[in-house]
Amino acid sequence: MTQPIIQPIIQIESVTKRFGPVLAVDDATLAILPGEFFALLGPSGCGKTTLLRMIAGFEAPTEGRILIDGQDMSRVPPNKRPINMVFQSYAVFPHMSVLDNVSYGLKMAGVAAAERRDRAERALEQVKLAGFGTRTPDQLSGGQRQRVALARALVNQPKVLLLDEPLSALDAKLREAMRFELAQLQDDVGITFVMVTHDQDEALAMACRAAVMNRGLLAQTGTPAELYEFPANRFVADFLGSVNLFEGRLAVDEPHRAVVESAQAGCPIYLDHGVTGATGATVWAAVRPEKIELHKRADERPPAIEDVPSGYNVARGTIRTVSYLGSESIYLVTLETGHEVRVTRPNLTRWDQEDFTWDEPVWLAWHHESVIVLQA
Amino acid sequence: MKPMVEPLDYLRRGWMRLWLGVVFLFLYAPLLALVAFSFNDSKRNIVWKGFTLKYYQKAWENSGLVEAFGNSLAIAFVATVVSVVLGGMAALLLWRFRFPAKSVLSGLFGLPIVVPEICMGVAMLTFFVKIGWPADLPWPLNLGAVTMAHISFCFPFVAIVVGARLVSFNPEMEEAARDLGASDWDVLRDILVPHMKPALIAGALLAFTLSLDDFVITFFTSGPNTVTFPVKVYSMVRFALTPAVNAASTVLMAITILLTVLALRAQRGLQSSAQAH
Ligand SMILES: Nc1ncnc2c1ncn2[C@@H]1O[C@H](COP(=O)(O)OP(=O)(O)O)[C@@H](O)[C@H]1O
Ligand SMILES: [Mg+2]
Repeated sequence: MTQPIIQPIIQIESVTKRFGPVLAVDDATLAILPGEFFALLGPSGCGKTTLLRMIAGFEAPTEGRILIDGQDMSRVPPNKRPINMVFQSYAVFPHMSVLDNVSYGLKMAGVAAAERRDRAERALEQVKLAGFGTRTPDQLSGGQRQRVALARALVNQPKVLLLDEPLSALDAKLREAMRFELAQLQDDVGITFVMVTHDQDEALAMACRAAVMNRGLLAQTGTPAELYEFPANRFVADFLGSVNLFEGRLAVDEPHRAVVESAQAGCPIYLDHGVTGATGATVWAAVRPEKIELHKRADERPPAIEDVPSGYNVARGTIRTVSYLGSESIYLVTLETGHEVRVTRPNLTRWDQEDFTWDEPVWLAWHHESVIVLQA
Repeated sequence: MKPMVEPLDYLRRGWMRLWLGVVFLFLYAPLLALVAFSFNDSKRNIVWKGFTLKYYQKAWENSGLVEAFGNSLAIAFVATVVSVVLGGMAALLLWRFRFPAKSVLSGLFGLPIVVPEICMGVAMLTFFVKIGWPADLPWPLNLGAVTMAHISFCFPFVAIVVGARLVSFNPEMEEAARDLGASDWDVLRDILVPHMKPALIAGALLAFTLSLDDFVITFFTSGPNTVTFPVKVYSMVRFALTPAVNAASTVLMAITILLTVLALRAQRGLQSSAQAH
């Protein structure tokens, strides 16, 4: 990736955070650009919230510094930062009306009462809560309370809005709807959003860019497509979606072609890119389940040429389990080497799910452009 | 057919009802008698002779009794205000900050609750005598010693009630306020005190009633000019059990019950707002 020309709104420079013996964030360096919808993604306990809280100012970095709009904010208290946050519990003040909640930040900033009211009402409109100003928080549903928390943060026109697991407390349907709504809202207000989530679907669906964290370390930063199609290591490949990994040895490594000899796959795996690693080194060939095709195997001959075009890797196996999920089916296939491979197949017609069944011998085929080699 | 007795329908069982009746009789019959005889038109409290309010008037005309009543109210008022401030701050201190010997301090705050009242009384008496507390100050300053003694056993109760309330405080509330630009004082005024409010009210009513009817500690710390209502009643009863004492006691009981009901109301508000989260 090229160096960004625009000045990042948030620069995290070699930030480390320790809680006693616990290393919560380990030497993180990250730049978030203005207007971006950025996601911090990772499993529970990987340090996402800690990183977010350091941006907000609730925790001070043990080492390193955090710049907001070019200024070092590492030691500035949260009430003096041009940043607002939507908390995981929403933290709507229970003893204040919705309108008082939303205008609280303006009140603290010394904005006159009439203007406060106007701006709070406009913010409520923005989150589709017009007319709810006089209610108290206990008269609201969870989703509505979240909107109040959103309006309360946005009304201050912060440079950055931080969201900690904003959708995790909602039920599945609402969560899906809110994904689109949040993304739309971000687009409308043009404020930089930084969202923490452990849900990879959420990050892929909403974020312009995301950083994947693992045990305090930033594993990879990129667009959702970069993270999914070009994962930097096995952790990222496995955390986003699911992946089949074939451990092997790098046999051929040319600029546009490489071959991995894998005992697990039982066949050489051809791929379309060079690796620039030492030949002979241990590597992992990664293939996503939806990128593998299933073919009937009536006899021991490889699939006919017209079924499997050139450039495909082919392996022989037997279907062990079928899970029918409606929109797609998941097949667990045991290769002749004993290695297990996961294949997903969309059910394009109502009869597709009947094509393959338990204990059926199959050919697996995947294109050399579908494989990526991971060195770590 | 006899209706089925459900496992939790204890009151459907005869022996259970009998037991309950006996308990209520022993608990409340004396109180009811006290109230009834304060309206009884008879000098000796044995038979009902008809309704009268004259003993209330008698009580009202007894200047010593009225003065004691005024003293009690003044002491209770000041003790309550100071206890709420001190108790609230103690609870905040123990909840908010980390410091060495914190558990020792919280134990010390609770000490006046567990130490027998008679010991507290003797200790207070010794203390005030030793420091030479002046006994002849003008009203209401002469109530200082008793008031301080009351504060010392009232504020721990406030601290406990408020401390229990603070446990349910969501720290993200405070962070949200800070995030929106609030200073420490803003957070205290806008977020913490409103959260503590039901507990502060309940604690205040608790302190008020505790102070109003305290006898033992007051007995040891009050002088001849600073008699409180319970002490005065005690000294009157030693001479004769007059219906005027019944009347005055009924008034005190009414005040105490009223305040207790209010305290329970506040507690209920506290629970329902805690459930909303
Ligand atoms: N205030 C704290 N004191 C001690 N340890 C903490 C504190 N906050 C977080 N941690 C630890 O830091 C690590 C990262 O926590 P967190 O940032 O909350 O993870 P995530 O949000 O990714 O689930 C965890 O091991 C957690 O136990
Ligand atoms: Mg978290």
